[in-house]
Amino acid sequence: MTKTSSTSKKSQSVYAPSALHEESSSHTLAIVVNNEPGVLARIVGLFTGRGYNIDSLTVAETNHEENTSRITIVCSGTPAVIEQIKAQIKQVVSVKRVRDLTTFGPHIERELALVKVIGSGEKRIEALRIADVFRARPLDSTLESFVFEITGTTEKIDAFVALMKPLGLKDVSRTGVAAISRGLHSI
Amino acid sequence: MSTSKAKQDASKTAPKKPAQMSGAEIIIKALIDQGVEVIFGYPGGAVLPIYDEIFKNTDKIKHVLVRQEGGAVHAAEGYARSTGKVGCALVTSGPGATNAVTGLTDALLDSIPLVCLCGQVPTFLIGTDAFQEADTTGITRPCTKHNYLAQSAEALADTVHEAFHVARTGRPGPVVIDIPKDIQFAKATYHAPKPQAAQNYQPKTTPDAAAIEAAVELMANAKRPVFYTGGGVINAGPEASALLRELVRETGFPITSTLMGLGAYPATDKQWLGMLGMHGTFEANWAMHDCDVMINIGARFDDRVTGRTDKFSPDSHKIHVDIDASSINKNIRVDIPIVADAAQALRAMLEVWRARKYKADKSAMESWWNQINKWRTKNCLRYTNSKTVIKPQFALEKLREYTNNDPRETYITTEVGQHQMWAAQFLEFNEPNRWMTSGGLGTMGYGLPAAIGTQMAHPGALVIDVAGDASIMMNIQEISTAVQYKLPVKIFIMNNHWMGMVRQWQELLHGERYSNSYTESLPDFVKLAEAFGGIGLRAEKPDDLDKVIAEMLKTDRVTIADICVEQTENCFPMIPSGKAHNEMILSPDADKFDKSLV
Ligand SMILES: Cc1ncc(C[n+]2csc(CCOP(=O)(O)OP(=O)(O)O)c2C)c(N)n1
Repeated sequence: MTKTSSTSKKSQSVYAPSALHEESSSHTLAIVVNNEPGVLARIVGLFTGRGYNIDSLTVAETNHEENTSRITIVCSGTPAVIEQIKAQIKQVVSVKRVRDLTTFGPHIERELALVKVIGSGEKRIEALRIADVFRARPLDSTLESFVFEITGTTEKIDAFVALMKPLGLKDVSRTGVAAISRGLHSI
Repeated sequence: MSTSKAKQDASKTAPKKPAQMSGAEIIIKALIDQGVEVIFGYPGGAVLPIYDEIFKNTDKIKHVLVRQEGGAVHAAEGYARSTGKVGCALVTSGPGATNAVTGLTDALLDSIPLVCLCGQVPTFLIGTDAFQEADTTGITRPCTKHNYLAQSAEALADTVHEAFHVARTGRPGPVVIDIPKDIQFAKATYHAPKPQAAQNYQPKTTPDAAAIEAAVELMANAKRPVFYTGGGVINAGPEASALLRELVRETGFPITSTLMGLGAYPATDKQWLGMLGMHGTFEANWAMHDCDVMINIGARFDDRVTGRTDKFSPDSHKIHVDIDASSINKNIRVDIPIVADAAQALRAMLEVWRARKYKADKSAMESWWNQINKWRTKNCLRYTNSKTVIKPQFALEKLREYTNNDPRETYITTEVGQHQMWAAQFLEFNEPNRWMTSGGLGTMGYGLPAAIGTQMAHPGALVIDVAGDASIMMNIQEISTAVQYKLPVKIFIMNNHWMGMVRQWQELLHGERYSNSYTESLPDFVKLAEAFGGIGLRAEKPDDLDKVIAEMLKTDRVTIADICVEQTENCFPMIPSGKAHNEMILSPDADKFDKSLV
């Protein structure tokens, strides 16, 4: 966020900076939408149009009979911004339900990544060893390359990718976060 | 294409299904079933099948041919705002749709219910950069409440019905239906409107009872309360205005309103403080700043109202009634949020106030009103009149005098600028739906087409567009529409030869550097009116005003009154943007205003 600067003294048609300096935090939102053309663009456009951040986004049809899709968005902002994001999403005509999993209670978040590592000799052996520690499965292999499949939290995948970097990391494809609440509750 | 083959196939089975209609027929039937009486539109290749149906249904549905699609949407806005019904516009694909974008955005920001039908290239050409193809749903997604790309003729009737439901329910707004031409030709069955309850979109309108109780208790204990009302009261229908009047009178509290809310409470009433905000009255803004309980009904804490948010009404508990949950806590944190329709919330508040036999704190209210009356003595709207030059404020006072004495209902529209603010300050609105102005978007060029839409809805009424010389040029072509449909709208141009509001900011905030704000090469508005087939009048001196206004009100044709006003008059009071309510500039202080800060 831009902070106060002396330029605000110069032109009086400039707005005063916001008085709120709250801490930013990350929230995982589960959004059930009607599966219709343009619905993802509506949600994404809302974030770009209002200057909100998206850290991760996944979407797929989840209920064929009801024709609904589930969008999982990880976004960050101050508590006021997160409240606004949720309120704005709820206003979208195509949105059926919104739940903030972060405030709702215990929930599980998982991401899947496919990681290609190219190398030989010691590095190749080390990559395989670390993959084993992370329970990443080799899905494809040549004499000089591996493609690993790894699932876990965003942090776990970040850590794995970081470790693969010096060992010949070539390519990463990540799904983004899928999330669901624990226990009996559903959204 | 295989359309001819499809036609043959259809004709073979057609006799068995007499209810089959073309997409275009379905659209017109759906509009009629939705109670649409007037469509404002402009034809083109991609909507010709719909125009064909309009041709066949002139007895059931009127079409007003505007001169530019932007005019169609503003006209539909004027129609909607002055009737409380959903306005309807019809435009062709490509440039027709892109011309409509300003009006759609305007309607979105001011919560005006509209349905805008756009033609689109045939389904099989979408995505090929076909002639007059534009990604209309993509372009209009952020400037509509909702939009649709029609997928089949079969779904068309339901789509139109749903569009009207979405436009008018919850926080009203514009809805676009983009209709490919092949779907307008295709045959399908018509479906009648579903009952409201069967629609998918069901926004919350009933207030939470506990929140109402808490709000009313807060009101009963208030020492310095103020009602701050907005366009939401107008949108909730005449009943909401009636309930507001009851509640304000029973509590004895002062009331102010936003630009969009004028008319919900009578401006001639003694509890009325005048409009608030950037060009609001001294008493309204100070009451907002110093109050201990603020009751916001249907307003959205817009930056033109709050000024600097961290200094906005620092000592008050705030109640906020809004049908749009996302308006609550967006700009200003409130203590009691109530998501509800304004009429329902007002009714619930009145019930609790009466049931609990609440009375406002008498002595507190007395000193609060004493304070307010002290602020009133500032007489913040005063101006120095002149014998030789027409002061814009004086012109509007004269206009007010004449319209007050006119037996007809008066509807005022405006363009955007100083004249708009003066109109808000000096004309008195005592009824809802009589004031049509572009508040949220501030769209120059809104007023004339909006007046046309308003006059279509109220043929016998007096409809006046209070205009500026720069704004009126933005949609001047619509005079031709007014002439064609014999709409006797009056265009009252406060001609100061400047983009006055821009000039004012440049004077006060940009070191008197008047960059491109002089309206050079203006037309002769009298001759212009005559060239269009209307009547042109001009007032050059204060003494001309009576004659010109009287004459203007008498004419039965579209009339321009070119009022040559003081060129460098500024609009006060003024809160420079980003300043607090109590940092307002009043006209006598204007000279003391420190321009060196710029
Ligand atoms: C479409 C559009 N463009 C630009 C502006 C910025 N703007 C606001 S007021 C104004 C000047 C209006 O001048 P005029 O219509 O003569 O009215 P006055 O202020 O002189 O009464 C301008 C350019 C706007 N509001 N709308």
